[in-house]
Amino acid sequence: MSTALLIVQTLNGLQLGVLLFLIAAGLTLVFGVMDFINLAHGVQYMLGAYLAVMFYALTGNFFFALVCALLAALAFGLMLEFLVFRHLYGRHHLDHVIATFGIILFLNQAVKFVWGPAPLTLPVPEMFTGSVVLMPGILYPVWRLVIIASGLAVALLLYILVSRTRIGMLVRAGATNAPMVSALGVDIRKLFMIVFGFGTMLAGFAGIMIAPILSVEPGMGDTILILAFVVIVIGGIGSIRGAFIAALLIGLVDTLGRSFAVDILRLFMAPSPARTVGPALASMLIYLLMALVLYFRPSGLFPAKGR
Amino acid sequence: MAQATLPLSETAAKPPRRYAGLAVPILIFGVFAMVPVLAQFGTESFLLSLVGRVMIFAIAALALDLLVGYGALVSFGHAAFIGIGAYAVGILSKHGVEEAMISLPVALAASALFAWLTGIVCLRTRGVYFIMITLAFGQMAFFTASSLAPYGGDDGLTIASRNTLFGVPLLENDRFFYYLIFTCMLGTYLLCRAIVNSRFGRVFRGAMENETRMATLGFEVYRFRLAAYVIAGAIGGMSGFLLANATEFVSPAYMSWQRSGELLIMVILGGIGTLNGAIVGTAAFLLLEEWLSGLTEHWKMIFGPFLVLMVLFLRGGLSGLADRIFGSRSRD
Repeated sequence: MSTALLIVQTLNGLQLGVLLFLIAAGLTLVFGVMDFINLAHGVQYMLGAYLAVMFYALTGNFFFALVCALLAALAFGLMLEFLVFRHLYGRHHLDHVIATFGIILFLNQAVKFVWGPAPLTLPVPEMFTGSVVLMPGILYPVWRLVIIASGLAVALLLYILVSRTRIGMLVRAGATNAPMVSALGVDIRKLFMIVFGFGTMLAGFAGIMIAPILSVEPGMGDTILILAFVVIVIGGIGSIRGAFIAALLIGLVDTLGRSFAVDILRLFMAPSPARTVGPALASMLIYLLMALVLYFRPSGLFPAKGR
Repeated sequence: MAQATLPLSETAAKPPRRYAGLAVPILIFGVFAMVPVLAQFGTESFLLSLVGRVMIFAIAALALDLLVGYGALVSFGHAAFIGIGAYAVGILSKHGVEEAMISLPVALAASALFAWLTGIVCLRTRGVYFIMITLAFGQMAFFTASSLAPYGGDDGLTIASRNTLFGVPLLENDRFFYYLIFTCMLGTYLLCRAIVNSRFGRVFRGAMENETRMATLGFEVYRFRLAAYVIAGAIGGMSGFLLANATEFVSPAYMSWQRSGELLIMVILGGIGTLNGAIVGTAAFLLLEEWLSGLTEHWKMIFGPFLVLMVLFLRGGLSGLADRIFGSRSRD
């Protein structure tokens, strides 16, 4: 275990963390403000990546593809809201689960149908290719740093939006008590649509940014969706601050756990069982963390509901 | 609002029907009992294994409906119990124990123990937090199974042969095995019915509708929920025991969160809080999947929108639909 590896893995953990934050932020707001469980949030992340690949193939320019894919993802999200979700607000949570599960099935198959089952790739934009020297002997890819920086920038933007603007005030009020906000004369449908559209765009943005690192394939949204749910539950539903802290925590714990679990276990165990137990323990580390957090704080770390 | 207990759906809020409600279960079980007779005229082994599979999952779905429909305890980790039951069979078989009278009690005990240990933690939380913490324990079971290198790890474990019953290889007979599953499903159904209508069940249901009132009446709601959770876990273990014997294979995939999600969909599709709905929903889900996947490779593009339309236009699942069609008759 060397310092170099520790630094690189910490950065990787941060990168996973900001990615999770981009997805979890929309999820926690939609959940907190609209009381709507949107399992289809993960496929919107996948769709962002696919759209970016498509627009890149058309234009050959990453930034143009980024903008087009964001707008297309937004349009698609609003269409889903208009066609399906809007009719489900206020219904039983289980109705949300089954309807959005249906959308996951459909979209996972639809991208396979349109773009084929083989994984696609998106090249890293030219100005961000290559690696930088962090310390003598430690190289780190520029694009991952760009992801971290843009994620942090979005977090800052969200913080300003939510805590300093009028619409942010309404969102916070909505997360605390939506019926009261509606009773005070705010057009709650419009607020829902803005929150939903924004969440969709953030998920799409995450998909686009990660596309050059991961392969773009059907079902890529499913695993990340579960992680995002873990994040918003640990952070407390409806809380952006909670989502941010929990996302970084999960990103770091997961990445560092996977890289060092075997080494740490070998301090107490024989090498052979350590190699068997290590990876399993690393995979379940975040779920252990979630169970622990919920045992001591059954509403997450920063519950938004003022009850 | 998210922390509050889930609101009741229309079907769940209805009082249980007493006598008029008998027609539907008699019809359901009659159809399942007749399958082997009719299967003689078709591809028998295929039909028996397909419908057997439906019944195996229906057993787990019944237990899940007990939790979801009568206690608002939406468990997103129910597949873990199936997996634990299945692994009990697989691991015992690997060590040469192939007697059902040993492996079934072990499967039940192991899944009940897991339910008891995790229930102590899970039942502290409510609503969506409960969903997520059950998911967490389900995932832990999944990753534990994946790391069981001596028992196949990720690849799973092939079982040499089906369990014997009192030393006789009765389960190898497909028709006998079918009726064994049928008996287990009938037993589970009757048990769940009895629980729901018992004093225990009334407290459990009362706690879903108003926890504070139940607590004020002097019931320790937590203990009732824990008991129900352990019962549901043990039933899931039985389902796993049957599944391992049916497929002669166990794998961590039995415990994946997708499987838990599918079980929930089956229950909701049928209509929660009806028990009949759990069986009908499971059959509808698995048979529709079988039929559509035979039609086209892209069957999920039909199945997905079907689920969405179901939710938009059919409240209360298939049972809700049946109630609306036969509504005037089924209410005594």
